Amino acid sequence: MGLRDWLGLRHELPPRRRLVLLILSFVLPLALWSIVSYVPWIWHPMVRVTDPGGVDYFTSGMDVDRDVFVKETANAAAAGLKPPQGYRVNPLYFQPPHAVARAFYTAFTTPPRLPTEPWLHESLGHSIRTISWGFFVSSIFGVPLGILCGTYRFFARLQEPFVEFFRYLPAPAFGALAVAILGIDDPPKIAIIVIGTFFQQVLVIANTVRKVDPALVEAAQTLGARGWQLLTRVVVPAAISDIYTDMRILLGWAWTYLIVAEIVGTMSGITYFINQQARYRHFDNVYAAIGMIGIIGLTSDMVLAWLGTQLFPWKRRVRAAKKSRAPKTSPATPAAAGTKTAMSAAES
Amino acid sequence: MAFTPLQLPDYREQSPEVAERFRTIRERPVVLKVTDLCKSFGVNGSTHVAFENFSLDIHRREFICIIGPSGCGKSTLIRIIAGLDEQTSGHMLVDGKEVGGPSPERGMVFQGYTLFPWLTVKRNVMFGLQMGGTSALDAEGKALQWLKVVGLARFAEAYPDQLSGGMKQRVAIARALAPNPRVLLMDEPFGALDALTRCKMQSYLLQIWKEINVTVLFITHDLDEACYLADRIIVMSANPGRVAEVIENPVPRPRRVAQMLSPEFLALKHRLDELIHGPADAEEEILPVVKLTEAGDEVE
Repeated sequence: MGLRDWLGLRHELPPRRRLVLLILSFVLPLALWSIVSYVPWIWHPMVRVTDPGGVDYFTSGMDVDRDVFVKETANAAAAGLKPPQGYRVNPLYFQPPHAVARAFYTAFTTPPRLPTEPWLHESLGHSIRTISWGFFVSSIFGVPLGILCGTYRFFARLQEPFVEFFRYLPAPAFGALAVAILGIDDPPKIAIIVIGTFFQQVLVIANTVRKVDPALVEAAQTLGARGWQLLTRVVVPAAISDIYTDMRILLGWAWTYLIVAEIVGTMSGITYFINQQARYRHFDNVYAAIGMIGIIGLTSDMVLAWLGTQLFPWKRRVRAAKKSRAPKTSPATPAAAGTKTAMSAAES
Repeated sequence: MAFTPLQLPDYREQSPEVAERFRTIRERPVVLKVTDLCKSFGVNGSTHVAFENFSLDIHRREFICIIGPSGCGKSTLIRIIAGLDEQTSGHMLVDGKEVGGPSPERGMVFQGYTLFPWLTVKRNVMFGLQMGGTSALDAEGKALQWLKVVGLARFAEAYPDQLSGGMKQRVAIARALAPNPRVLLMDEPFGALDALTRCKMQSYLLQIWKEINVTVLFITHDLDEACYLADRIIVMSANPGRVAEVIENPVPRPRRVAQMLSPEFLALKHRLDELIHGPADAEEEILPVVKLTEAGDEVE
């Protein structure tokens, strides 16, 4: 098992090794995090005081910088006072894995401090609602317009220069305007997500549609397809699976805009939760909430990817066929030979 | 030892059966009539003529091959006949009626298969029928019949990407034939296939053609292919594209691969070779001799 087996240029790895690497990709960062959290002589720049000794401004349980602690210990010794006692810790904002893991559960079970504040699941629900609306509103306009721009030069020439200009305007810049026009609740947040997603969506989808092989359109024409049929029966089906992949990527971008959108107007959703928890210095909850966004994103993408293989069976089968074909030198020979004998049998 | 070429008969000599066959073909009605077709492009201000004054009458059930060197405009020609490009001047008539623009009455088989990857083989064949207003149920029945004709009934539910190149092209032929075209246009359909598959496909095509009696206009640059398939061969010359000669193929039907070594086949092929590549005794380009001192094996 040489190095070349692992690092061959564009050389696919066997499934077992892929699994090993998949696990490692999560285990390695986790291991690094654990080392920094649990090995006391690595980093740990603070000292938690257990006994203030002769230092008058120390109290037990307080965290001080290590050099301050060392200096005060020396001072106390020089003055003949009792030296302070303590142990090395990491700053409060750096939480160890077990605390964050616990917070994944406790963040849901801990009631909010004030009765007016939302629970975590309510915050998450709010975020998912906001992003769904934003992405939905963007898509019902962006997808058809993208398809039209990709298919007809007329729409491309009419729309794209403006869209190209507008997509450089950062969506958060519209925050104040959105609030002025739409109020302080959810509508301006949805508007920010729409502004952030829509213009990219039009261009990306138009580009995907433009990549449809023109020979397919010509073939359809020689088979009698005309006008609208060429769009609905050829261009759209030819592009649809790639459009679906584009939408998955765009949904990831929408999550980025969500965090900006939730600061606009009254802060809401998961961003509000994270800010509140940071204010209360519950950093374990902050990490857990950020982690949840990642988990929601990854899970929804995996579900959508699976759904894609169900919706577009011709893509799935290509992959399967190519894999099963690889070892054989001439895949079609048995089948071709079979029909050949069938034909010559019919002939004689 | 001096090389003595085979003594070949005149390629215009026809056996009585072949002459009789051409006589009956000429008596059949003209399906596709092309008169004085010209195509020119404007390139950087100057005009480039792809081909000019192309005229041709194709009779019912005739198999025509157009052969010529690259640049003779044969692909542009068939695209114009299919209605995918527009001619600069000239007329095309199908059954005596002027035509323009693509239509399933001039079905086309492309070199690049152009099957719809999102449709199963069966639905690909159904496509043209449904565009013509056939109900889904009827279209399905007809599509399955056509798949039987090309020997792919077993693959009705497969997707095109699961098939080999030769099988894809058979589906494309079935798809073009399903809406009952008056003439089947084929633009170097077997050009992308390996030699063995191409040979098989030519036999399949002849079998299909014999069975359903469709009129075929076939573009190729392969001499064997033209000699093996065609009734009449239209030889084109390049720059600008013109008809150099129209040859009635003297090889009798039904054709078999073994005939590729028959004297009339070789005579015809020899003539095509002369027309397309120039006379056989023309001087070959001689590459200069370069001494490479580092080059491998020393041979005395």
